[in-house]
Amino acid sequence: MGIIKAIKLTYDYIKRDEEGNPAGAKRAVDHVDIDIESGEFVAVLGHNGSGKSTLAKHMNALLLPTEGTIFIENKDTSDEDNLWDVRRTAGMVFQNPDNQIIGTVVEEDVGFGPENIGVPTEEIWRRVEESLEAVGMTAYRYHSPNKLSGGQKQRVAIAGVMAMRPKCIVLDEPTAMLDPNGRKEVLRTVRELNRREHITVVLITHYMEEVIEADRVFVMDDGRIVMEGTPEEVFGRTEEMKSYRLDVPQVTELSWELKQDGLPLSDGILTIDKFVDEIMALYEG
Amino acid sequence: MIRDITIGQYYQTDSVLHRLDPRTKLMGTLVFIVSMFLADTWIGYALSAVYLAAVIRLSHVPVSFIVRGLKAVMILLLISVSFNLFLTNGEHEIVSFWIFHITWEGIQQALFMALRLIFLIMGSSLMTLTTTPNQLTDGLETGLGWMKKIHVPIHEISMMMSIALRFIPILVDETDKIMKAQMARGADFESGNLIERAKSLVPILVPLFISSFRRATDLAMAMEARCYHGGENRTRMKPLRYESRDRLAYLVMAIYLAAMIALRSVL
Amino acid sequence: MAIELKEVSYVYGAGTPMEVRALDHVSLTIPDGQFIGLIGHTGSGKSTLIQHLNGLIKATEGDILYNGRSIYEEGFSMKELRSKVGLVFQYPEHQLFETDVFADVCFGPKNLGLDKEEIRARAREALDIVGMDPSYDEASPFELSGGQKRRVAIAGVLAMKPEVLILDEPTAGLDPKGRDEILDQVALLHREQKITVVLVSHSMEDVAKYVDRIIVMNHGQAVFDGVPKEVFKQYKELEKIGLAAPQVTYIVHRLRERGFPISDDITTVEEARRAILEGIRNKR
Repeated sequence: MGIIKAIKLTYDYIKRDEEGNPAGAKRAVDHVDIDIESGEFVAVLGHNGSGKSTLAKHMNALLLPTEGTIFIENKDTSDEDNLWDVRRTAGMVFQNPDNQIIGTVVEEDVGFGPENIGVPTEEIWRRVEESLEAVGMTAYRYHSPNKLSGGQKQRVAIAGVMAMRPKCIVLDEPTAMLDPNGRKEVLRTVRELNRREHITVVLITHYMEEVIEADRVFVMDDGRIVMEGTPEEVFGRTEEMKSYRLDVPQVTELSWELKQDGLPLSDGILTIDKFVDEIMALYEG
Repeated sequence: MIRDITIGQYYQTDSVLHRLDPRTKLMGTLVFIVSMFLADTWIGYALSAVYLAAVIRLSHVPVSFIVRGLKAVMILLLISVSFNLFLTNGEHEIVSFWIFHITWEGIQQALFMALRLIFLIMGSSLMTLTTTPNQLTDGLETGLGWMKKIHVPIHEISMMMSIALRFIPILVDETDKIMKAQMARGADFESGNLIERAKSLVPILVPLFISSFRRATDLAMAMEARCYHGGENRTRMKPLRYESRDRLAYLVMAIYLAAMIALRSVL
Repeated sequence: MAIELKEVSYVYGAGTPMEVRALDHVSLTIPDGQFIGLIGHTGSGKSTLIQHLNGLIKATEGDILYNGRSIYEEGFSMKELRSKVGLVFQYPEHQLFETDVFADVCFGPKNLGLDKEEIRARAREALDIVGMDPSYDEASPFELSGGQKRRVAIAGVLAMKPEVLILDEPTAGLDPKGRDEILDQVALLHREQKITVVLVSHSMEDVAKYVDRIIVMNHGQAVFDGVPKEVFKQYKELEKIGLAAPQVTYIVHRLRERGFPISDDITTVEEARRAILEGIRNKR
């Protein structure tokens, strides 16, 4: 069993009428089975409203399943005794950089998590230093978060999670509100944490360029997992991706269209290098 | 204009004042406030001015930055000054019409009032300018920790304060943005009578309220995700410990307060 | 008739140590009927620039002419300017405040002092343009999906019948399909109603398909200004200022380097597809 394992995970949002009585439900996650290995970099793609954020919130026990079970490191999130263990194992980074920073100075914010779980003072300082170093924000430790760029704020948020020494980080659309530079910054940080510190990463996003380097991609639609595979496999099914309101990189789209025109190109070309090589082989050969 | 409010903001720099224990600074602010109500002579105000100037210097916060904070209370200042100026009775009358009398005593009273308000605001803004909200709440929580015994939720109160302070600049920016967006749709906040103006605020207040609510929900979730569960079993990254500089500060405060009391009773 | 900027500069916090020159002697003309992409990274001055165009920010130096008349002239009505130059802010859904969708869209025309019939007619028309049918009129704007809220907010500006429409990152936070829907609607509006559009974006890929002209901002200056294919040819310079040309530009350049016969004027996937097919067929 992997570090995150969901079995028939289902979640219904309950709509309530004015008196607070249940008045219908909307199924946001529908019988999802996933098994994520420790150290993996997994991306979950899906359009807005596909259920991907709801799924992410289950990994941190912010939401508990209506049906089915989700285990974080073999611990059932529905069991209240596991709550703090689950949250320490799987840290979470959210979309809006402003609404998740609690401290008014960068280093104090990073220390917030360890303070909550009762880490001794000297150990907090060590962790804060290491975490800031890991996300490359040491130079900003005495700054006010309000003066930072969006990408820097998200790196602080990641450091805040890292300071709790999680085994896994779940990032719920961490780049949706950032500009291209901020997006690259955050992604680079996440990838490094995955490679260097062997942190398991679950990245929720709707930007296709962010999942290219993932080990595995899940595509969600209408609360279900509809596609799964390596980025090449998933993007290779370009038409299917588009039917789920998603995009593919321009190079993938171009090679897919040329393939429809009869050129013998491989499936799911994700890099310019590979595309140019294959076109030149056709041209010269 | 709305960006000029400096009360409650933190000024990032390094100084003795920044390094003082927040409890010391809280006490210092209290002492200064008390001293302002003791001052009733020019010498008293001069001493406070020197004391305040020395503390500002120690804080490394630019004077212009502190002065900017006064703009927000300008109206309050003007009102109280004119009350004192026109409505103080005294022996040395200069001008008099209807119920208004300008007297030498009135002028002096008005000037004292103005100085008192200005000093109070500058003094207390120094506190927030040199203390991060987190330190401030730590100071309150530790300093007033005994109140927990009488079931005052002091941890929760200080956490709420610190979050409010952190979000003030964000909400100020947001108000600015919403105002501009409504102005782009032809909204007018400057003309009309009082009722019309109050009504014109609805398109700002509703979105602001909704956004604050959304932020609060987000923040609560983010705090929960980071294992926040109230003040119990919480450790501190920066536990409060008095240093020798704090002892020195208490000594200075005591001397200052004694001098102010002495001035009042002697002169 | 057009908007004309003459040596416009804007300085934040003049005289303090935090002085920032957000705009630095910008001169440009926005002629009627053009579809312009305004590109730059955060802090490049693009948001400051667009707020000058409808008078929300007053230039520290320089002049802005609307249809030949200075907007800073005595007696120039800012209110009228704001109805002619419609500005849709980033995340415009955050400005919604009315109890129902229709009333919210009426806010702009109501502020113009139009009569009731006209207000209603304009609101209906604006909602039609953004594809919100009458069944949503009485819904609370807060119960809509993110994409729908955004469209209602855009309708709120369209209902003022602007001659120039400026959109600041209208697709921020939307998924790819939502993004295409909004941009397609804007393009349609531009084609059918002949209004001038200024689209602010970080993304060259998004605007390449739609715009006639790209203005690139950096450090408060307009550093590139031209048709997309000319601007994209400067992709190396664009990278230096933290931007990138669409991926297809890089594909074309790499193919050219390797000796594949393809024009470097190509800016879209469709153009590239045709050119590559042609190149390979001619060889055979």
